[in-house]
Amino acid sequence: MGRGGSVRFWIFGSMLLIGVWGQEPKSERHDEHGGGSNVSGISIVSLEWEYVEPPYLVALWILVCFLCKLVIEANHHVTEFIPESALLICSGFILGGMIWGADKVQTFRLTPYDFFHYFLPPIILDTGYSMPNKLFFTNLGGILIHAIIGTCWNAASLGLSLWGCQIGGAMGDLNVGLLQYLLFGSLIAAVDPVAVLAVFEQVHVNEVLFIMVFGESLLNDGVTVVLFNVFNAFVTLGGPRINAAEIIKGIISFFVVAFGGSLVGFVFGLLFALLSRCTKNIQIIEPGFLFILGYLAYLTAEMLSLSAILSIVFFGVCCQKYINANMDENSVRTMKCAVKVFANGAETMIFVFLGISAIDKSIWVWNTGFVLLTLLFILIYRFMGVFFLTWFMNLTRLVPIDYTDQVIMSYGGLRGAVAYGLAVMLDEAKIEEKKLMVSTTLIVVYFTVILQGVTMKPLVKWLKVKRAASAEKTLIEKVQNRAFEHILVAIEDISGQKGNNYLRNKWFKFEENWMSRILLRPSVRERQDKVFNVFHQLNLKDAMSYVVEGERRGSLEFIRNESAFVDFKKKFGEDMTMSMPDIMADMSDDRSAASSTRKESVPSVSLEVHEQAMRGTRAAEGLDSHHLLQQHLYKGRKQHRHRYSRSHFDINKDENEIQEIFQRTMKSRLESFKSGKMGVAPPKTITKHTRKEQQQKLQNKKSKSRLSGDEDFEFSEGDSASGYDTSFPVRGGYRPGAGIENPAFMPDVDLPLQIPPWLEDVDSVAPSQRAQVRLPWTPSNLRRLSPLRISTRSSDSFNLAEAPGDHQDDQLPPPPTPPPHRDGDVV
Amino acid sequence: MYFLHKRCYRNAVKPVCEQKSLLPLNIQPQTEKCSFPVFFLFLVVEQVKHTPTCVLPLRCRKENLENIPALAENPIKNQIIEAFFDKRNQHGNEVGSFQEIGFEQFVMVMSHFRPPNLKTTKEEKQEMRKEKLRFLFNMHDTDGDGIITLQEYRKVVEELLSNSGAMDQDAAHEIADAAMLEVASTNVPQMSPEDHYEGITFQHFEQILKDLEMETRMFIRFLDVDTTTMHCGKATS
Repeated sequence: MGRGGSVRFWIFGSMLLIGVWGQEPKSERHDEHGGGSNVSGISIVSLEWEYVEPPYLVALWILVCFLCKLVIEANHHVTEFIPESALLICSGFILGGMIWGADKVQTFRLTPYDFFHYFLPPIILDTGYSMPNKLFFTNLGGILIHAIIGTCWNAASLGLSLWGCQIGGAMGDLNVGLLQYLLFGSLIAAVDPVAVLAVFEQVHVNEVLFIMVFGESLLNDGVTVVLFNVFNAFVTLGGPRINAAEIIKGIISFFVVAFGGSLVGFVFGLLFALLSRCTKNIQIIEPGFLFILGYLAYLTAEMLSLSAILSIVFFGVCCQKYINANMDENSVRTMKCAVKVFANGAETMIFVFLGISAIDKSIWVWNTGFVLLTLLFILIYRFMGVFFLTWFMNLTRLVPIDYTDQVIMSYGGLRGAVAYGLAVMLDEAKIEEKKLMVSTTLIVVYFTVILQGVTMKPLVKWLKVKRAASAEKTLIEKVQNRAFEHILVAIEDISGQKGNNYLRNKWFKFEENWMSRILLRPSVRERQDKVFNVFHQLNLKDAMSYVVEGERRGSLEFIRNESAFVDFKKKFGEDMTMSMPDIMADMSDDRSAASSTRKESVPSVSLEVHEQAMRGTRAAEGLDSHHLLQQHLYKGRKQHRHRYSRSHFDINKDENEIQEIFQRTMKSRLESFKSGKMGVAPPKTITKHTRKEQQQKLQNKKSKSRLSGDEDFEFSEGDSASGYDTSFPVRGGYRPGAGIENPAFMPDVDLPLQIPPWLEDVDSVAPSQRAQVRLPWTPSNLRRLSPLRISTRSSDSFNLAEAPGDHQDDQLPPPPTPPPHRDGDVV
Repeated sequence: MYFLHKRCYRNAVKPVCEQKSLLPLNIQPQTEKCSFPVFFLFLVVEQVKHTPTCVLPLRCRKENLENIPALAENPIKNQIIEAFFDKRNQHGNEVGSFQEIGFEQFVMVMSHFRPPNLKTTKEEKQEMRKEKLRFLFNMHDTDGDGIITLQEYRKVVEELLSNSGAMDQDAAHEIADAAMLEVASTNVPQMSPEDHYEGITFQHFEQILKDLEMETRMFIRFLDVDTTTMHCGKATS
């Protein structure tokens, strides 16, 4: 139902869009004509369609493509069997059909210019930037063999076989020469990175297999470009004028194109890494450099007629380590997300437009023999090439690639938009059968992406191809890996031999001594350690699961000391059951029911806590973390005001303002508390309020109190810090009255009050063992955190460090004095 | 099973033997500082052994290995050297350590770094994996009681991280502790907090590293020699 409904809705929506397109330009033109006639008066509202048309159409198309993806991904039952790329092409068919129906001509299609300049770069940038470097370079030999020899083999064999078939008379009367066949072969030989990525990402084959296919698809671009250009030139020259010199030039140009492109990318990557050393002050636009420099690398390579894809791949590959280390964690996260957004968006657009381009009568020329033979040869030669090359590689490979993997490698030779783009770029003046070639390319693309894409998953399952292992690395594995490296190097040293580990070690040394020194910030360089990073990551994960657990249970506070929770409840019950038993019953219900709403309010806090935990592990920043923590916790009240600055995210840190806001909230809470206590507010109505209403009410109260402005605030008004502290007990009292606004704020009322609250907050960053012990349902998850505690670094030494220098102790109102509401409670 | 490299012999051993100055007679590794690659040394000796002018097979002591200059920077140098003199790594059931080792023992230790090849069956691979794991385990288990205690593991991690200047001992200890807890929690999930986890046994060690791709990592392949190996000597179980 859901799917059907959404599809119907979507079709309706796109019909609407098409309708708008169909009519709008005309009506606009009409309007303008009308406007043109009476130039006199100023029109108050005028439609300037022509003025905005191109960007408007682009934006609309992007929206439509994204909506397609949304609909497709809405139901995972379908994408489990049919890969998304295939579905996107199909939706492209539908869209194209609708446009065709409206306009009777295909107004939109994928042009090579757009494809190569706007769609392809972000995708390749993403692959380069998130390339698993180690895997890529350890398999580089195999990848290169497949990319270079395999692609040449595919191109040559296809071209020659088709030519042979034509001579044999298999496809009727075609005016295509051998060179043109070779040209066609070269454009269709290359495995397409976009298509491969789209299909293989959903299949989850083992990483070696993936990197072989995917790396090949990336690196064969250099070969494709060269082959295409060379044969294009040959076709232009004509057969008789090709001599050995030209051929040699072609071969040389291959090296120039491939290595030149890589070099351009490499240079830009290093440039970026250097640049990222000094972008600390412009953190907000830091992530933009990735895109701009990447795009520049791409365009530069294109300008120099080098391989642009190789250029941008190597740009990503060589800068990723340094920029990820140099830049702020937020920037890195932004980059990672933004790269994915662009890449995924571009990919979606490509597939949709591949579908749309097909619905065009004018491009189709059918020749059954040509199409079918092309398909057949592509499959056969791909298999032959892969099997032969892998056999050859297995002679020297340590872990041989077995037959099932080879089958998948061959079968994964998907052709995609790159081939289509190249085909469209053919010159019709020189190649008479261009249309046939374009339509054959389209057929090949559809066949490989849709049919092979759909059957890939069952095939992988049926052949029992080794799947990707779970990516989670345990700490001990990382330590062990580290040990391996050293052991291997040592063994090679002892035996006096130079092995591949020797080379790797040399490279690491070189990188550490030179590259890192030049390209990394000094402060960052010290933190570069894999084992430590994993440790850090695991700690982060623990902290997060800890916070999540806290949210699940309602409050961080209750995790910290479970006994307090129980006691609190008991006490709370004692106090309150007599006066309002109804609330009690409802409250307990409410706690579970409102958990979802609560989640919405908590994350702002929990994220901060998580961030604190993150920083907490870094000793340097650890010291002031409890101040930060408190401030951030306070921020969770959502009363902070943004400074509307484009370059800073800072929240309002003005002490006075915070103090004022605080007082206001306190007052409103006190009021509500009092009213709850006195039974002024009827309990039933309170319980029936939804959270939103309560907040609304609070707002009202706040505004009221703001209006009244009387200052009968009962607490000692010290500085902001002391203000926070005093707030704790009050919140406890507040809770029964008007519900909880933010569970993370629940105080531990029954803690011995001698413990200053911030120390407790610190505890929440690095959970004590006590807390872990009390989490019996997550024994394995939370254990890793304990060493932090064991080391006495997190909280204890923290306190010690804190104590002498801190003047807050003096300003703090003496904790043991019973807060007012407690008196009230007792009375 | 011993393995010698054909080309290794042709390219390295022969010329070495032919150079008078490097003949084993002149080396005397027991007493002098031996900066000569030990593998070559043994090869030379083995080669000479079969000739009529055979001298006593050379023995190698810990000092010889310690003096290899390339090893100086290796953070876990000591453990690796220990591993060569550890009787547990000789595929037998002996425990303890040698004072000095000969070629046979050396090759036995080296055999842990055999790469698998196309003909290796699954069972053999399993066996190989187990051997490699055992080697690693023995490296960590310095006192040979079959359990890697926290102290032992801490020491390993500390040494491993000792050359990355950023981390002090505390951080290393934390990491070791965390890793230990990791082992404990995966192997004894329902451990109550009062229980004391003594240390990693070999079973636990195997368990926690079961996802680690050993075959592709723990192997040595020499760049300047032929990988086709020549089997010689007696086959040991």
